Formats: sequence, C-alpha cells, structure tokens
Amino acid sequence: MNLTLKIWRQPSPDDPGKMVKYHVKDVSPDMSFLEMLDVLNEGLILAGDDPVAFDHDCREGICGMCGMVINGVPHGEQKATTTCQLHMRHFEDGAVVTIEPWRAAPFPVIKDLVVDRSSFDRIIQAGGFVSVPAGAAPDAHAVPVPKDDADDAFDAATCIGCGACVAACPNGSASLFTAAKITHLGSLPQGQPERASRAKAMVERMDLEGFGGCTNTGECTAVCPKGISLDAIARMNADFLRASR
Amino acid sequence: MTAIIERGAATAPVAQSEPPRRRPGFFGSSNGQKAVMAVTGAVLVLFLAGHMVGNLKTFAGAEAFNGYAAWLREVGYPLLPKRGLLTLVEVVLLAAIVLHIWSAVALARRARAARPVKYAARRKSQAGGYVVHVMRWGGLTVALFVAYHLLDLTFGVANPAGGAASPYQRMVEGFAPGRWYVTVFYAVAVVMVGLHLRHGLWSAFQTLGLARGRRGLQGAAGLLSAVLVLGFLSVPFAIMIGAVK
Amino acid sequence: MNYREGEPIRDTKAPDGPIEERWEKRKFAARLVNPANKRKLSVIVVGTGLAGGSAAATLGELGYQVTSFCYQDSPRRAHSIAAQGGINAAKNYRGDGDSVYRLFYDTVKGGDFRARESNVYRLAQVSVNIIDQAVAQGVPFAREYGGLLDTRSFGGAQVSRTFYARGQTGQQLLLGAYQALERQIAAGTVTMHARHEMLELIVSDGRARGVVVRDMVTGEIESHLADAVVLATGGYGNVFFLSTNAKGCNTSAIWRAHRKGALFANPCYTQIHPTCIPVSGEYQSKLTLMSESLRNDGRVWVPLEAGDARPPAAIPEDERDYYLERIYPAFGNLVPRDIASRAAKNVCDGGRGVGPGGLGVYLDFADASTRLGRDAVEEKYGNLFEMYERITGEDPYAQPMRIYPAVHYTMGGLWVDYDLQSSIPGLFVVGEANFSDHGANRLGASALMQGLADGYFVLPTTIGDYLAGARDFGPVDEVSVAEAEIAVRDRIQRLLAVDGDRTADSFHRELGKLMWDYCGMERTEASLTKALARIPELRAEFWRNVKVSGTNEELNQALERAGRVADFFDLAELMCLDALHRTESCGGHFRAESQDADGEALRDDENFAYVAAWEHTPEGPVLHREDLEYAYVKMSQRSYK
Repeated sequence: MNLTLKIWRQPSPDDPGKMVKYHVKDVSPDMSFLEMLDVLNEGLILAGDDPVAFDHDCREGICGMCGMVINGVPHGEQKATTTCQLHMRHFEDGAVVTIEPWRAAPFPVIKDLVVDRSSFDRIIQAGGFVSVPAGAAPDAHAVPVPKDDADDAFDAATCIGCGACVAACPNGSASLFTAAKITHLGSLPQGQPERASRAKAMVERMDLEGFGGCTNTGECTAVCPKGISLDAIARMNADFLRASR
Repeated sequence: MTAIIERGAATAPVAQSEPPRRRPGFFGSSNGQKAVMAVTGAVLVLFLAGHMVGNLKTFAGAEAFNGYAAWLREVGYPLLPKRGLLTLVEVVLLAAIVLHIWSAVALARRARAARPVKYAARRKSQAGGYVVHVMRWGGLTVALFVAYHLLDLTFGVANPAGGAASPYQRMVEGFAPGRWYVTVFYAVAVVMVGLHLRHGLWSAFQTLGLARGRRGLQGAAGLLSAVLVLGFLSVPFAIMIGAVK
Repeated sequence: MNYREGEPIRDTKAPDGPIEERWEKRKFAARLVNPANKRKLSVIVVGTGLAGGSAAATLGELGYQVTSFCYQDSPRRAHSIAAQGGINAAKNYRGDGDSVYRLFYDTVKGGDFRARESNVYRLAQVSVNIIDQAVAQGVPFAREYGGLLDTRSFGGAQVSRTFYARGQTGQQLLLGAYQALERQIAAGTVTMHARHEMLELIVSDGRARGVVVRDMVTGEIESHLADAVVLATGGYGNVFFLSTNAKGCNTSAIWRAHRKGALFANPCYTQIHPTCIPVSGEYQSKLTLMSESLRNDGRVWVPLEAGDARPPAAIPEDERDYYLERIYPAFGNLVPRDIASRAAKNVCDGGRGVGPGGLGVYLDFADASTRLGRDAVEEKYGNLFEMYERITGEDPYAQPMRIYPAVHYTMGGLWVDYDLQSSIPGLFVVGEANFSDHGANRLGASALMQGLADGYFVLPTTIGDYLAGARDFGPVDEVSVAEAEIAVRDRIQRLLAVDGDRTADSFHRELGKLMWDYCGMERTEASLTKALARIPELRAEFWRNVKVSGTNEELNQALERAGRVADFFDLAELMCLDALHRTESCGGHFRAESQDADGEALRDDENFAYVAAWEHTPEGPVLHREDLEYAYVKMSQRSYK
C-alpha cells in the first residue's frame, strides 16, 4: 500500500518546526508503524536528507520510549497499543497520516518527534519510591498482602511512562502518570509510611514542571496503552487532600 | 575539552534539579484548585436542588408559592433578623460562584500554559470529547444566564410584571405563552446546566477522592442532572402551555 | 583470523573452603571504607538496567558519589523492562524440596558445566535476599488469596521457585530499581546523564578511571572521571540484527573496554529463545518474545509430512508430530531453551516448518482450552495472546500460534573475577555484560536474578574492597584522557567522512543474517570459516561505503547506529573465532561435528572445561584459559529424556 505522511520536522529545540509531506510506497500491512518509518528513513539517508528522528527502543510495547501523535491521537487510534505495536494493517491504502510529537510545555521538542520527558523522572524523584536500602528488608512473607491490594497495585504499576496521557489531555495534565505511581505504592503495606508525603510532593512537583490540572475528561485513560484507570486519579486526589489537612 | 583532571570529581556540572521556588501552597496547586472547584460546585448543586424543589411550589398555586417566597425571608425570625438566613445563603452562594470561576480560570490558564503549541491534526477525542467545551464555554453560558435570570425573576428589572409584583406573578408573566422565546432561552440554559452537572457532579466526587466504581457514579450523576433539568423545566413549560396561570 | 595461546588465568578472589561459606568469608575479608571517606570516592555506572540501576542506587545509598549514564531518555527504559517470565529464588516457600543447593545445582547443570561453582552458589544464596528487597520496595509480585507470594515452575526446573508479576516481572523489578535510583538522584548522591552513550574507556596508570561519552542531543564529547567504573551495558545479541533485544542494545561499551585490555570471555555462548514470533518480512526490525511460560500449557507440533501446506485445523491428530513430547518424554514441552530451539530448527530444516518461509512451528492451546476452559487460558495468558494478535493479526484462540527461535541473551561477556572485577583494575562488570554465572546456557528466570544479585548485593561489597585502596591511585593521567577523547572524535569523523551509498542498517542486516546462518543455532567448522572470511570483507565495505547523514553536533540517530554497527563487526569476528576454536557442543553453542547418535549435544569436558577469555592485542586475539573445577556437582551429560 502507499501512504502520504505529514510529519512534524524541527531540526532543534530552538528552530521553528513545520509539517512536511512525504510519500511512502509499497508498505506491507504486516509492518509495524515504526518499521514503516524505518523504510522512509533509509530512503532519506540515501538521498542525503536528514532522517526523521523518533524515540524508540524495545519495540515490544513495554519500555515506553516510543510515542507520536498519529492523526490526532497519541499512539494512534488502536486501543491499548503503543506506536511500536501499531501495525500498518490498520491503515487504508492511499491514506494521509499526520504524525506529530507529544505536545506539552514540560515535554519540549528536542528534534522532530523526539521530546524531553525528564519531567516525568523528576516527578518520581519527588516521592515515587519506598525508602528502603539494599540489605535491610524483612522476609518477603513477613507481611501478607491481600490479593486485591496486590492486584490494584499491579494494575497501576503497569504504567510505562510513555507520556501519551499528557499528550492526549486537553489540559496537558500528568495526573494519570503521577496518580499511577501514587496508587501503586499507596495500595501496598510497604508504601504506607510515606503515603501522605508522597502524594503531596509528587503533585507539587507535577505542578512545578508546568503540567496542567486534571478536569476529569478521561482522554488520558482512553489512550493509555496499559489502560490505567481514572480511579488512580481519585486515589491521588484523596491522598493529596488527606496530606493537605 | 570538558575534563577536569582530579581524582574523584564528577566532571559534568551537577544538575541542580531546580532553583528552589516558593512552594505554591494548597490554593496554588492544581489539586487544591480542583478541590475548590469541587467543593464550591457541590454548594451550588445543593442550592440548585433546593431551588428546584421550591419552584415546584408553583404547582400548588399562587398563595403557596408567594408564601414560600415570604417564608424564605422570614425563616428563623425572631431568632435571626429578617432576611438573615437568606442573606447568609446569598453570601455563601456569591462566594461559591466567585471561587468556582476563579478555580476554573486558574485551571484553564494552567492548561493553556501547558500546551503552547497546538496539534496540527484535528484532535480526535477518545473519551467524551464534548466535556471540556461544555465545562468551559458551558460555564460561561450558564454565568450569563444567571445574570439575566437574576434581573428577570429576582430583581424584576427584565420582567414584564416589574420588581414590585409578587413572585408568582413575575413567574407567570415572565413565562407567559406569548413570551415563548424566553422559555426556550431558559430551556437551553437549563439543559446547559444539566450537561455541566452531568460531568461536574461525578467530577467533584472524583476530585475529592470519593469516586469508587466510575460507572455507577457517572450514572448517578447523569440521573440527578436529568431530575434537576426536568424539575426546572416543568414550571416554565407548564406556564407556557397555559397549564399554570 | 588466527589467534595465539596466552598464559592461563585464574580467579584469585573466590575464597577456599566449603562452598556455602565462601561468600561470607569474602564479605568479611573485604576492606571497608568509612562513611566520611565514601563521600570523597566516585564511581561511574554505565547502564541503568536491573544490574546498573540497582548498583548505582545502592552505591549512592552507601554514600559514594555516583555518576550514571544511559543511552535512553530515562533510566526506566533499559531493556530489563521487557523480561516477561519471572525471577528465581531458593525460598522454598512451597516446601517442594527447593533449597539454595538445588538452585545452585540446577544452574550449574543448566549451564552445561561451563560456569564457576563459587559464583553460582553465591547467586543462589543471594537470590532469597532479592525477593525480600523487591517486596520491600513495593514490587507487586503475584499473590495468592492468602496474601502470600505465588510462584510457578519454569523451563528446566522441577520445583516451583519462580516469582512473577503477571507477564511483566522485568518491568516491575526494573521500576523498583529505577525508583531507588531516582530517590538517590533526588538525594544528590547519584548524578544521572540520560541520552549519553559511552564510547571509550579511560585507563590511566593501569586502572579504569573514567569514560568518554557522547551527549546524544548536542553531540558534545565529554570525559567523566572517577575512582572506579562499572559497566552494566547488557548483552550483545543485536549482533544478529534480529533479536529480542531493544533496538538500541549494543556492544560498544564492553567492546571499547575489551580493546583497552579487558578480557572477553566465551563470546560464542548465545542463547536462542525457542518461543518468539516468526519473521514476517524483509523489513522486520526486531523479534518479539512470547513468554516461555506458554510452554507450560501449549503443545508444540509440526505436520508429520514435509511440505504439508494445509491449515492447522485441517491436519488430523495422527498426522501431527508433537516432537518435543516424542523425543523428550520426561520434560516434554518444558525442555531447556537450547534444546527446544534446536529441535525447532531441526524440524524446519527437514521441511516441516509452517508459516511464511517454513520458519515456524505451532504452539497449540487447543488441549489446554479443553482441559482448563478458555477462561482459564485467558486468565493466564490473555496479555500474551493479545500481543500475538496485535503483531500477527491472527487469533491464537482460533488457530495455534506460530513460533520460532530467536536470539535472546548472550551468556558471554567481559571476563570478571569473583569480585566482578574485569582484568582491568577498577573496571567492574555486572549483569548480562559480564560472562556471568550462566555458563553455556542460561536457565529461564535466572537473568533477572543475576542482574539484581550483582547490583544490590555483590558489587556494593566487592567494589568497596577496591575503593578502600583509592588513596594510592594518584591523579588521572591527562594524556590518557586526551587520547581517549581524540580516538572518539576521530572515529566519528571517519564515519561521517565515508559518504558512501549504503546505510548502516543495511550493513547490520547483512552482518546479522551472516551470523544467524553461520554462527547461529548450529555451527560447523565450514560455516564459521566462511563467516570469518566474509566478515572482514563486509567490514571493509562498511568503512568504504557507509552513508551517515548529518553532523556530529546534533541528535543524529544515523551516526549512533553506524558507530554501533562498526563495533558489532569486530565482535562478530571474535564470536566466530571463539565458536570455531570450541569444537565441542555445550549449552547454547552447538557444533554439528560434536553430537551423539541421537543428535544431542556432546560436550568434551576433557578438552573444553574452561572459560575462553580473549585478550585484544594489535597482533590479534590471545586466548587465556581459565580451567573450571567441579568439586560439588558431578559433571555429567545433560539429559532431559
């Protein structure tokens, strides 16, 4: 199949960017979206042009490094799928596909589709951990954890930190990302001692980074490749309010 | 060359994560602003519920309705001064409205700052995409409506019966069949309020961290909104079709 | 390519005495650094996977000044995150007869008697601490209704000792280490440099004292100095181009260290994982693993007749060959990875493979669905089935999965002693990057165990012993820093200057195909000789004809790739040489010349019970042998029949 791509090209953080049109031919439906871009890039390199820069690594939907807004939807319209797991069989021959980077002030564009997501790391630094030095841990069976709590924690912990939630949110909020970590650790007995301070510190950090506030639109959870639930945000809000009392 | 030849020295500049900024405090944080919106919204919803029930007195006739209006001014007398409770309610409502709008503006500004560059592709909502527009533009519409509504039925300035007429008279003449356009305008505004509440009610629970089981709460929010809308619309429509004179 | 024999080497750090006391003895003998002095000592850690992330976090916690690097945009992306199945630990929570000794025994046997007993025993001992540590960090392992941890059995083991977090154990463990690391970054003990790639090791006065890195955003070449350097840069499976590794995984860090004098051990030991999604076309950029746990309930088969092109449902039961169950009745579909992989290759070579190109076998869940019900299958494997459908467009509930082996893990790596120190003083190597504890074949769920054992528990103790002597290190020689930087700049300039008409990826594909065909699941003298003749030609063409667009002073992914491919060429040559010299079959290394009457791998313990540690010299590789002794586990031919 043949496609027309409209891709955001921006040589460096300070340059203005623009949408540039490319045509790719003979795309196999079994290709992944990134493999389709690989083919485009091979052609661009040989033509002496600058290949389209995009982040990617594991290409199996777990590292969270890839991500682009495809036709206005982060990771494309396929549900519960990262860009690397999106396959071309979901596109029609002759389609026009727009490809843009995540758009948010705390995710500045580095080049083309590559953005700087270190703000996410700083949110984790603010409190997304349990303070336990190596070697001091009690036996793993010392504290039984009810299966439901363990499952809740796990569901939230599957967040891959890709940033699609921010890209999709009309407010540019990182609430789903932040809430996922707060919910993960707050659901477990091991996370209780720091629960209140964690919620407060992480929310404050999220604000400082320049993310927007949550207005419960649900766009984040709809595009989340791991389907993190809005319930996580409710828990974050509860923990935050408790910590602010 | 960037190396500093000295034992034990990390040569790259140690990234200070951030210059220490003033902590934003509860009302400066996105979550705090959301909580303000939720709490003030809840106050306004309680008022609306009372208001709606009071309106239904119309069906009991002019005497009952006017009596109810008078009672509102005298409740608690002589323990409280005349209009005491009513004034208190008005002050609380005014404060709620001001704070509700303040938090809405603060969050909207935060959202705008979080996405300085817009997407080129038209955003395709993956959730209930109307929500944002209903909340922000809808809120503005509702605010304009409230202003007109006060001039019409509370102060009587915009009412054909004038400020000196009895409340019942103002109501019946205001929605008289010949003034069907006023009723239609009311209907549109009240439906707008309903849509606002449909998201806002659930949203308040979510923001206050009380949401557990999203679907149930969203259903309840929808139901309550519908009840309010129907309750509010029953009176003007009854008047318009001449059922109440 | 010729090589010379050098002096034999020995691990001098493992204490003598009863095996169960050796680690205690070593810990006690290790010198300590007092807390005030730790603050003055610095360590560089390259890589932020399970081994590197946990090491940097733990060293930071101990009070050292740590500088950490990763090529990804965040330390959380390291490829440990993709490990699905689980992590072994000798907890014996099931009371099914597991013990530290049994895990030790299974690992030595599973590694086909090519790993050190002392190291493996320590690994089994430490395994129990890892689970405790991870749980305390909030890793959400699977639990039973009683609130206790669930375990399952895994390929090659007959006890239930594998702890797991659905199909995302690696993710959860890595996030635990990542969070510990971020905590130290916030505390100021660790300075993190993401999007930085190590391109050279700085050796001064015989000690590893720093690294040269490229800032992948600006192209700036920076030198970072420290008292010790830890490499945790993972394996080199991407030499095959197609593997289950992440696209960015590369050998450059360890290969640069090798060029600076670190011995490279057993480069030919490659693990081929039996359950991956087959290649679908020429454009394929990577292979995706389907967790080994699928073999617990899936049955592997191919048509009995070669060239049977009927759809699977149309092939009646008696015209199917459940070959693993037929050949290995005792272990059936759960035989170790190397055996399952080679069996798949054999049936495909015999023309009985299925799917495009005949490179695939069926993994069938029809029986499991009947026996357990579709719901139970979905509960256990739902996420894997979804992943399969997303990639192939086929529904595994309706028709059997197609799987084929793919390169997954490399047991070889930089040679280290019991202290995890390489042959360059001050250069420590942890995780998959070292030649590790897995011998010639790694058991399932053991990689996570080794990475975390190294990072949380072993390295922090042993590196202290080295750093206790830091007072005598002296200043870093400026010339060595300048030389390292110049070497990096020169190489980049050379790559940019070629301006040929073939992309680095195109060379990489060809190299990978060559390695897969000639140095893959089955190796022969002829194939390896052919590879050794072809690789230098291809490398020469690369340096003559590669096209790298852009400049150094920008984010330039074409340049990054070209640099990595250049190093893969050199590594590929050493792999083939190692594979050629080891004329026995063992673990992941199968030499067709060395098999028994049934076609099973035949080890040659008399001549090859050693670690092949290769030294780089301008005159060519030099082989140093480290003899392996087995005082506890009796050497025997593995049998899973």
